[in-house]
Amino acid sequence: MSSYALKERVFHHLTKFFAFLVLFFLVAIFVVLLVKAYPAIEAFGFDFLTDEKWAPNLGIFGGFPAIYGSFISTLIAMLLAVPVAIGIAIFLSEVAPSRLKSPMGVSIELLAAIPSVVYGMWGLFYFAPLMRDLVGGNGLGLFTAGFILSLMILPFIAAITRDSLNTTPQILKESAYALGATKWDVIKDVMIPYAKAGIIGSVILALGRAFGETMAVTFVMGNVHNVPDSIFQAATSIPATLANEFNEADTELYYSSLFFLALILFIISFAIISLAKFHFLKRRKKVSDRKHKWHKLVKQWRRK
Amino acid sequence: MFGKIITGMFLASALVSNLFGGDRLTGAGASFPAPLYYDWAYTYKKKTGNRVNYQSIGSGGGIKQISKRMVDFGASDKPLKSAELEKKGLLQFPAVIGSIVVVFNVDGIADAQLKLKNSVVADIFAGKITKWNDSRIKADNPTLNLPNTPITVVHRSDGSGTTYNFSYYLSGSSEDWKSSVGTGKSLDWPVGLGGKGNEGVTNLVKQTPNSIGYVEQAYKSRNSMTAAVLQTASGKWVEAKEENFKAAAAYAKWTIEDNFYQMLALQPGDTSYPIVASTFILLPKEKANTNKMVTAFYDYSFGRRGDRSADKLGYIALPEATKNMIRNYWKKHGVNP
Repeated sequence: MSSYALKERVFHHLTKFFAFLVLFFLVAIFVVLLVKAYPAIEAFGFDFLTDEKWAPNLGIFGGFPAIYGSFISTLIAMLLAVPVAIGIAIFLSEVAPSRLKSPMGVSIELLAAIPSVVYGMWGLFYFAPLMRDLVGGNGLGLFTAGFILSLMILPFIAAITRDSLNTTPQILKESAYALGATKWDVIKDVMIPYAKAGIIGSVILALGRAFGETMAVTFVMGNVHNVPDSIFQAATSIPATLANEFNEADTELYYSSLFFLALILFIISFAIISLAKFHFLKRRKKVSDRKHKWHKLVKQWRRK
Repeated sequence: MFGKIITGMFLASALVSNLFGGDRLTGAGASFPAPLYYDWAYTYKKKTGNRVNYQSIGSGGGIKQISKRMVDFGASDKPLKSAELEKKGLLQFPAVIGSIVVVFNVDGIADAQLKLKNSVVADIFAGKITKWNDSRIKADNPTLNLPNTPITVVHRSDGSGTTYNFSYYLSGSSEDWKSSVGTGKSLDWPVGLGGKGNEGVTNLVKQTPNSIGYVEQAYKSRNSMTAAVLQTASGKWVEAKEENFKAAAAYAKWTIEDNFYQMLALQPGDTSYPIVASTFILLPKEKANTNKMVTAFYDYSFGRRGDRSADKLGYIALPEATKNMIRNYWKKHGVNP
């Protein structure tokens, strides 16, 4: 065997090894979570997902409040962040004058560089009192956490969406304008469909980040295991519960219930991301579909 | 050239031996006494050159790590009963005493002005008394201008020895609390907000108007917060101040036979503050050599300098008689320094 061929093979196997390493860690983490969670799974079964009472001193563990809090705070964050972020991206890529584009783009990216604990502190010391004055109560809770999360994920969605909008070939846009499309038509019917994969990708990334965010949420969520009547009341989330309670989890069932929560977090994040990913991969394959759509659109404009 | 290299090596080895010189001990556990243990370790290092590395990971973690023999000593705010010590092969002795104060944030009411019956404290934390101008609070505070606002209860969100001792006090003060919530390091709190650590509770109480919470005494004085006057076990009013903490500590009935198992809350006496707690050190029975090094550290820290540090940081040093009893306990188990 020549030395080139050997190098080639070594390189081939090395990269393969690295790739499989990731898979190995994924499976290893899952297995550890499953094994550690087993006593709780055995004790509570699927009731764990719906039980509301969490009383470690009595040995009663129900995961529903934490699961519910995670979902609702993430939902609030997505509802607040996605429209605003896409608006920002459209403004930056198409509407803003070019002397504004770069400084605004950079400041949005800088927002993404702020560590989450800083968002948490800001939320606790500035935003929570503001909420207290606006809606009453104590200012901490699902909405406050959702708002802070939305600020954290906003730059992700905005920056990636802007970049993918910018990949729209100039020629497509110009053709649309030439056919009499307005700016709004071009954004809606040319750029957004073209950048759809990127936009969905950014939303998924943001969703994953919001769902697993720990520090910022622990500051502003209120950290109580109950299912609140309104989004302005205190609640808890899975990551916040784990961060708060792991150190002092001294009975086996307590410890393993926390692992059960971690397993649920792992499965939910995995499910959301893979679902979205498959959806988005499927879109990619249908290039012919998209071409078909272009033709339809062009016809539509011609008729105008 | 060679000369330089050799000097460099000598310098480096001197540095390394300095880093690793002396005995090294590792302990882990309760976060409540951690500031004091750091201070004690610092003075001990200066005096003897021996290092004590304490990790403040919480009482539960401390018990776990010493049970698995991952550290040289463990620390816990919750004493273990003799049977459990026997099972895990551990020795136990108290190291220092602390107290928990009920802090509140109500405009216009200063430190030591608000009087709360122990049963009223329990009912506030149980969510049964929800407003500051409730008739049961008013009854003991006729001169105070109590606002007609909801009470925001603040408790710990993490498991904690502080919560264990506080809920022990609440259980002793109210049958309802005892049967519905109980005693523990983390509880199913009926109402309120959770803050992480003493500092989390401190922050929430300080910035939430009309809130009430519980923290270690040291956090109250360091953050100039306002604390409530509580009751002794027999119902006399007692302020949250040092001589009253000491009075309660003096009633502790430690015994060697019990491995010092003793809760200090609700002690008898006319001036005994009701929520006083000690924190404990756990040693692995079979490791006589490292145990001797650990007891040497505590023996030194039980001295005058250690007491001064305790005082400065808001803790209460053990009474002299207790310290001697601990020294006898060490001798009995062959781990005296």
